[in-house]
This record gives sequence, structure tokens and C-alpha cells, in this order.
Amino acid sequence: MTRPRHIWAKLLLLAMVCYFLIPVWWLLVASTKNAEGLFSGNGALWFSHGFHFFENLGDLFTYNNGEYLRWLGNSALYAFAGGIGCTVVSVLAGYGFAKFSFRGRNLVFAAVLGSVMVPLTALVIPTFVLMSNAGLTDTVWAVILPSLLSPFAVYLMRVYASASVPDELLDAARIDGAGELRTFVRVALPLMRPGVITVLLLSIVSTWNNFFLPLTMLSTSKLYPLTVGIGLWEQLASSNNGGGQSLWNLIITGSLVSIVPLVVAFLTLQKYWQGGLAVGSLK
Amino acid sequence: MNRKWIAGWLFILPFLVVFLAFLVAPLFYAGYLSLWTKGLATGTTFAGFDNYTRAFEDPSFRKGLWFVLRFSAVVIPLQIIVALVAALVLDEVTGRLARFSRLVIFLPYAIPAVLGALMWGFLYSPSFGPIEQIATAFDVRAPFLLSQGNIFYGLLNVVTWQWSGYYMIIIYAALRSIDTSIYEAARIDGANARQIALRIKVPMVSSALVLILVFSLIGTLQFFTEPQILAPIANGSVTPDFTPNIYAYNIAFRYAQFNYASAISFSLGFVVFLAVGIFMFVTRKKGSIFT
Repeated sequence: MTRPRHIWAKLLLLAMVCYFLIPVWWLLVASTKNAEGLFSGNGALWFSHGFHFFENLGDLFTYNNGEYLRWLGNSALYAFAGGIGCTVVSVLAGYGFAKFSFRGRNLVFAAVLGSVMVPLTALVIPTFVLMSNAGLTDTVWAVILPSLLSPFAVYLMRVYASASVPDELLDAARIDGAGELRTFVRVALPLMRPGVITVLLLSIVSTWNNFFLPLTMLSTSKLYPLTVGIGLWEQLASSNNGGGQSLWNLIITGSLVSIVPLVVAFLTLQKYWQGGLAVGSLK
Repeated sequence: MNRKWIAGWLFILPFLVVFLAFLVAPLFYAGYLSLWTKGLATGTTFAGFDNYTRAFEDPSFRKGLWFVLRFSAVVIPLQIIVALVAALVLDEVTGRLARFSRLVIFLPYAIPAVLGALMWGFLYSPSFGPIEQIATAFDVRAPFLLSQGNIFYGLLNVVTWQWSGYYMIIIYAALRSIDTSIYEAARIDGANARQIALRIKVPMVSSALVLILVFSLIGTLQFFTEPQILAPIANGSVTPDFTPNIYAYNIAFRYAQFNYASAISFSLGFVVFLAVGIFMFVTRKKGSIFT
């Protein structure tokens, strides 16, 4: 009775898998081709004769004094500094909002919730002007500091802290003479761990993937993250046809290499984020 | 008691500093900047709301705004339908294929929008994409999905591919948290699988759907990365005023008109705020994170 229905469902899933994998599959195949194979005009979705992946990889890491590796390092720096910073700030605030009642709390929290609706990119240009007045544009700080802001992460942590940390446990710790910080670190934080990892992952992803902010803040290519760097290569490659042909191979291999770290992170941390993401939508 | 009062503020203090420095300050500064005009001969003069009148009368800004509104009206329902269908199927089917599909559908979320746009740009490309090759094999003319007339659809596909999986996971997580005894009860009352999906599951995840709608509305109105990345290979389909954000970026960094760019940003922010506000008001009964 249920069999035929599930067959249709499975066919639908297979179709979806194909659709969502096609660009990645193409990237994988294309990264094994040399320029000639890339432009040969047959079989874009299958391997051409000759396996040039390691050759491309070598070119990628050595091109222009290894600027790709530099961008990779920058991306990692921005993502970790921005992501960890954002998580620390948001977890502390979420816990503070959830577990303490102080005057002005509701007003401040309402402002935070309202700001979820403010489009953050609309703030990039004024932030640029402010940063430029402070002499901070074109430094790593111009990318890292604005990444610390995530009103949604605060909201998420507040919901998570209220749901997972019982007040009785905190009171018991306080009666035992533990200070507020110690109570937070020893009692509350372990209980909030899945939520913390979700927020960490989400904020690392959003910093790693960010394009608009670093594009406006940075003008020295040595400070670029991967997203802006590959965008630069793409512009170079499409503006000088012919001479730019070899760059397309670098762009393709570079794109493949730069999606690997996050995909691996998501695969290994599956059980955390799949549960954690539910929290925001449950209330 | 007094000690707790102070502790609460201390916990939120670091966030508050970031919030004031990178949200409140730029917001007010943009508001302030937008009220002035900088002329080569006249210097900086107070302009009042002139920049806003100029923005809303500027055909470039209006064109961009119209594009993102039109685009939102199509892409948001499309993403939600893809995400909802995928989540409902995954909630029903179990096994290795289901687990694998869940990961694959979510995968694009872990890929930067820059690279997502770039990969699809390659696939659309007449010089090394498969679309052209397949069309040639069947002896028909392939549509170039980045041409003036088609770029709307080209972008629609990129954005749907990029975000549907993330929304699917949110809906899926909400579905998983429903108490399954409700389905048993419905089945005893004679409900079939489709009725259970549409009459029970969908209403029960409505707050997740509202959350997703708000997120994708805010995200789409700020459209920047994908068209900006596709611009160099789109043969001029992506104009410097393609979306309000691209327009503001070009005014600020190509023409160094920061006052007018701030007014554009602020106007866009206002439109987003208004759109989300209206949406919240319409769906307020459904229950959402903001109530």
C-alpha cells in the first residue's frame, strides 16, 4: 500500500539530489581539465582526456607569488576571529537577557529584535565612512569588528538559554557561593553547548561567505579574503580575453578548494547544527 | 539582588558595545550624512530631504527597487515551495537515500554566494557550459541565461539553489519536533498522507515558515553579491543600477558621492523595514519570533 508512494518520493529526492549537485559536479570535473579541455566544447559534465588536477593545484598555489594561499589564510583569520568573537558576545548577551531581570532589559531586547529587520548591507557604506574617519579601513579590523554583530544570534541564544538552563540549578550554584561568571562557565555553558556550536558555525559561515563588507572595506589585495580575491580574478579573466584564459582554470580550482573546509565542517558537526537550527523556529 | 542587577548588564555589555558601534552609530550617521550635499563648488551644504526626493525620483533607484520587489515576489514563494516539499518528503521517507539527500540539498548553504553564482555562471556560459553543448547536440539554439531578457530567470535559479536547503533544514527540524501521536490520531480518523501533510504538518510549522519568509525577504531586497559577480560575464545585462545596493555601492565608490549613497542605503533600509513590518502585521496571528 505505501510502496508506490515512496517510490515517487524517492524519485523526487533523486531529482533534487541531481539538481543540487550539478554545479559541484561540474566544478569537480572542470578542475581536472587544462585550458584546452575546458574550452574544447564537448562534454562539459564529463572528464576530458588527461588529468590535470594536480597541475592546476600547483598553478593555483604559485600564481602571483601564492596570493591564493594568502587569501585562504585571510579568510580563515576573518572567519575564526569574527565567528568566535561573535559567538562569545552573543552567548553572553543571550544568557544575560534570559537569566537576569534588570531594569531596561525589555527595552534593550526590543531594540535588538527590531534590528533583526535592519538590512545589514545598508549599513556597510556608513560603516565604511565611520571606519575611514577612524583610520581603520583597509585593515583586518575593518572586516573583523563589524562581523561581531549578529542580533539574530543573540535572539537564538536567549531562546536556547531559557529552554536549556533551569533557574534552580543557577540558584543552587549561587547558594554554594559561586560568583556569576563562575556559575555561567561551570553550570550554564555546558548545558548550552549545542546552541553555542550552532551559533559558532552560523557565524563562521556568514563571515567566510561575506563579500560586500570586505569588498568595500579593503583596497589592498593582500588583505582580501577568498570571496573578494576570486571575484578579482574573475574580473581580470573576463576583461582580457585570450590572455586571461589560464586564469579560468585557477578560478575553477580555487573555487573547489575554497568550498572544501566548510563542507567538511558541516559534515563532521552534523548532529549539532541539525538540532540547534530548530531552536530559532520553535518558539 | 543589587549584585544580580549589575551582573545582567555586564553580561550584555560586550554585545551592547558592538551593537552601538556597528548598528546604531552607522544608522544615525547614515541618516545624518543623507541630509547634506557635497558639491565641488559649493562645499558641503545642508540639503534637508532633498537627497530622498532625489532618490525616489531617480529612475535608476526606482528601476532597481522595482527589480528586487519583482524578484522577491517570485523567488520567495519558489524557495519556500522547494524547501517545504523537500522537508515534507524527508520527514516521510527514511533510510540512506533520505539522509544523503538531506545533506546534499543543504550543501549549497556552505558554499559562498560568490562561488555559487560563479559556478552557475560557468554552467550558463556558451563557451564552456553544458547548456550550449546539449542544445547544439539537439540542433536548437540555447538560451543564454544571463542575457538582458533572461537574467531574471538565471538569477532566480542561482538564489533558489543557494538558499532552499537552509530553509529546508529549518522546516525539517520543526517537523521533527511535532509529537507523532497527532498523526496516529488523524490516521484513525481516516486522514491520508496528503491530508496529514497539508492539514496538520504545514499549519504546525507555520511559525518556521514565517521566520523563513522574513529572512528571505530581508535578504532578497538587499540583493548584491550574485548580480555583482555575474556582471563581468553577463555582457552588460547587469547595469550599475541593477539593484539598489549595487547602485549605492557604485555611487559611493565610483563617484565618491557618499551623501547620496547614504540616502539610497537609508531609503532601501526604510523600504525593507516597511515591507517586513507590513508582512509581520498581516501574519501576526500565526505567531512569530517578534510577538
